[in-house]
Amino acid sequence: MSEPFLELKNLKISFPTDDGVVRSVDGLSFSLERGKTLGIVGESGSGKSVTSLGILGLHNRRNADVSGEIWLDGDELIRAEPEKVRKLRGNKMAMIFQDPLSSMHPYYSVGHQIVEAYRVHHNVSKKVARKQAVDMLGKVGIPQPDRRVDDYPHQFSGGMRQRAMIAMALVNDPQLLIADEPTTALDVTVQAQILDLMHKLQEEFNSALIIITHDLGVVAELADDVLVMYGGKCIEFGAAATIFERPEHPYTWGLLGSMPRIDRPNLDRLVPIPGLPPSLINLPSGCAFHPRCAYEPRTAGLGRTVPPELVAAGGSKHLVRCHVPTEERQRIWLEEVKPKLEAQ
Amino acid sequence: MITYIIRRLFAAVVLLFIVSAATFAIFYLVPRLVGATPETLATRYVGRAATPETVGIIAHKLGFYDPIWVQYGHWIKAIFVGADYDYGSGIEHCPAPCFGYSFITHQPVWPDLLTRIPVTLSLAVGAAVLWVFFGVATGVLSALRRGSLLDRAAMSFSLAGVSLPIFFTGMVALLVFSYKLRWTASGGTYTPFTENPGEWFYALLLPWCVLAVQFSAQYARLTRAGMLETLGEDYIRTARAKGLRERDVNVRHGLRAALTPLLTIFGLDFGLLIGGAVLTEAVFSLPGLGKYAYDAITNNDLPKVLGVTMMAAFFVVVANLVVDLLYAVVDPRVRLG
Repeated sequence: MSEPFLELKNLKISFPTDDGVVRSVDGLSFSLERGKTLGIVGESGSGKSVTSLGILGLHNRRNADVSGEIWLDGDELIRAEPEKVRKLRGNKMAMIFQDPLSSMHPYYSVGHQIVEAYRVHHNVSKKVARKQAVDMLGKVGIPQPDRRVDDYPHQFSGGMRQRAMIAMALVNDPQLLIADEPTTALDVTVQAQILDLMHKLQEEFNSALIIITHDLGVVAELADDVLVMYGGKCIEFGAAATIFERPEHPYTWGLLGSMPRIDRPNLDRLVPIPGLPPSLINLPSGCAFHPRCAYEPRTAGLGRTVPPELVAAGGSKHLVRCHVPTEERQRIWLEEVKPKLEAQ
Repeated sequence: MITYIIRRLFAAVVLLFIVSAATFAIFYLVPRLVGATPETLATRYVGRAATPETVGIIAHKLGFYDPIWVQYGHWIKAIFVGADYDYGSGIEHCPAPCFGYSFITHQPVWPDLLTRIPVTLSLAVGAAVLWVFFGVATGVLSALRRGSLLDRAAMSFSLAGVSLPIFFTGMVALLVFSYKLRWTASGGTYTPFTENPGEWFYALLLPWCVLAVQFSAQYARLTRAGMLETLGEDYIRTARAKGLRERDVNVRHGLRAALTPLLTIFGLDFGLLIGGAVLTEAVFSLPGLGKYAYDAITNNDLPKVLGVTMMAAFFVVVANLVVDLLYAVVDPRVRLG
C-alpha cells in the first residue's frame, strides 16, 4: 500500500497566553486519500479550524507551539522551510473560507484576485492568467464570466462570492482542498448548490477534500469519512455510514440529536447537548466530555480521572475515545439513543 | 462616476460660499463688538487727519453704513468684476479678482496672495513628501514588528514628535542646525525655485524637516494602527492562503487597505498647511501665506486677513474635494454611492 496523500501524526498546536496555554489541537492523527472527502465535525472551539490553518501553515507562527508531523504527498510540512510551504499553499493545497465577503479584498476586483492567485504559482502573462480566471469563474457557475470578472466582491451576491472563492481556491488545481464552514454564511437554497458544486469539482480534479463544519447535514451529503473533534482531540472517527448508523460516542449521539431533520415527525424536539464546550486552557480532568456526559456514571469513575484512549470500535476503521465499555456503548445506542432519535 | 464628480463639485462650491459668508460675518461683527463704528473703520482708510465730515462721506462711499448682506454682496461682486475704493484723495481701482483692498498698504490683496502661494506650496509639498514617506514607512515597520525595540523606539519618538509644538522644535532646529552647526540656512533667506533651485532647496530644507518630524510622527502612529487592524482581516488570511509572498501580503493587501483612511487625514492636513503654515512660516521667516496672515493680524489689516482666510478655506475645500474624488478611485465601493 502506498503512502496516504495527506497524513497527520500526533499534531499538537497550542498558544501560550497570559491566562495559560490554549491547547487548540492536542494529538490529532488522521490520513486522507486522493479523491476522498473527510468531514471534521465539532462545536466552536473544538480545534477544527486551527487544524486546517495548521495544515496550510496559516496559524500565527510567532505565538503558536506546533509539534507532530503533517505529511502531504511525501513532504513533511511542520519542519519544512516556510518558503517551501508558501509555494505549496494555494497551489497543491488550497482553502475556502467561511465568510466570502470578508475573505475577499474589497479593493480588488474578483478577477484580479484570481489572477493574483494564479500568477504566484504560474509564470504567465496577465492576459493568460485572466483567461484562466474567466474559465474558472465559468466552471463554478458564474453567468457571463467574461463580464463579471471585473466586478468587485461587493457587486456579487453571497452565493456568487462563495463560487468566486471556490474558483480562486481551485485555479491552481490543488490536490488538497480544505473548506472551512463553506456554507455557513449562505442561504439554505444556495448551500445545496455550493455543496453540489464542490462535489462535482472534487470528482473532476480528483482532489482530497476536507470539510470542516458543525453541520452534520453537510457531512452526510459529502463525506466519506467523519472525524468528530472535542476539546482539541479526535473523539470518534469512522466511515460516514458508520458514524450515522452506529455511532458509539455519547458526544456524537448528542450532535445527531441536535441536528434538525426533515424526515422526523417532531421538528421542534431537538435535544441540545447540555453545558458549554470546555475551555481549552483548562480542560476537565479525565475525559474532557465527562461534565456534559449522561453516561459518565457507567464508567466506574474512570471518566473523571483518566483521559480515555482512542481505540478501535464496532465499525470498520472505527475509532472511539470513551470509557464506557464497547458492548455497553453499542447496547445504549441500539436500545436507548437510536429509538429516541427516531421517535423525535 | 460623472454624477458623483458633479455632485461633489457642486457641494464644494456651495461650501465655499457658506465659508465665505461665515468668515465675512465674523470680520464684520468682531470690530463692531469692540466698539468700532463705520466712521472709525473709514478713518483707517483716510488717515487720522481728515475732518469728521470727510470721514463720514468716505465711510458712506466705502459702504460701511450698508447692512451686512449688502456689504457681503459688494465683496463677492468685487471678486468677479473688481471694485473701486474711494478714500478721499482719489479713487483706487482693485481689478478682478478683488479679494479686498488693504487700507494700510493701499494695495489690492490678490496680487500679494499670488506671490505668496508658491512659497507656501513649496513648503507644504516638500514637507508632505517627507512626512508621508517616513511616516508610512515607520508605521508599517512598527506594525510588522510589533513589540520590538524598533517599534517601541519609533512610537516613543513619535509621541514626542506629536506633542512638541512647531515653535519649539523649529526654534531648537534653527539654533542647532543653522546657528551652531551651520548646515542649513537661517530664517528669511527664501529664494523662488525659478530663480535659483539650489538656494530654494537650501532655504526650505530645515522647515521641511521640522514640519515633517511633527507630521510623520502622527502618520506613523496612524499607519501602524491601520496596519495592525488590516492585518487581522480575513482577506489577509486569504492572501496568505493563496501562497502570496509575505511582502505582497503586507504591502498589496495590507498597506493598500490601511492607507485609504489615511488619505482623508492627509487631505485635511495638506489643505490646512497650504492655507497657512502660520507658525512654521513665522518661525523660519518664510514669505508665504502664513507669514502674510501673521503680519496682517499684527497690523490689524482686516482686508488682508479676510483675503488670506478665504484663501485658506479655498485650499481646504479643494483638498477635500480632491480626496473625495480620489476615494472613489481608491475604494471601488464608493462609486455606487
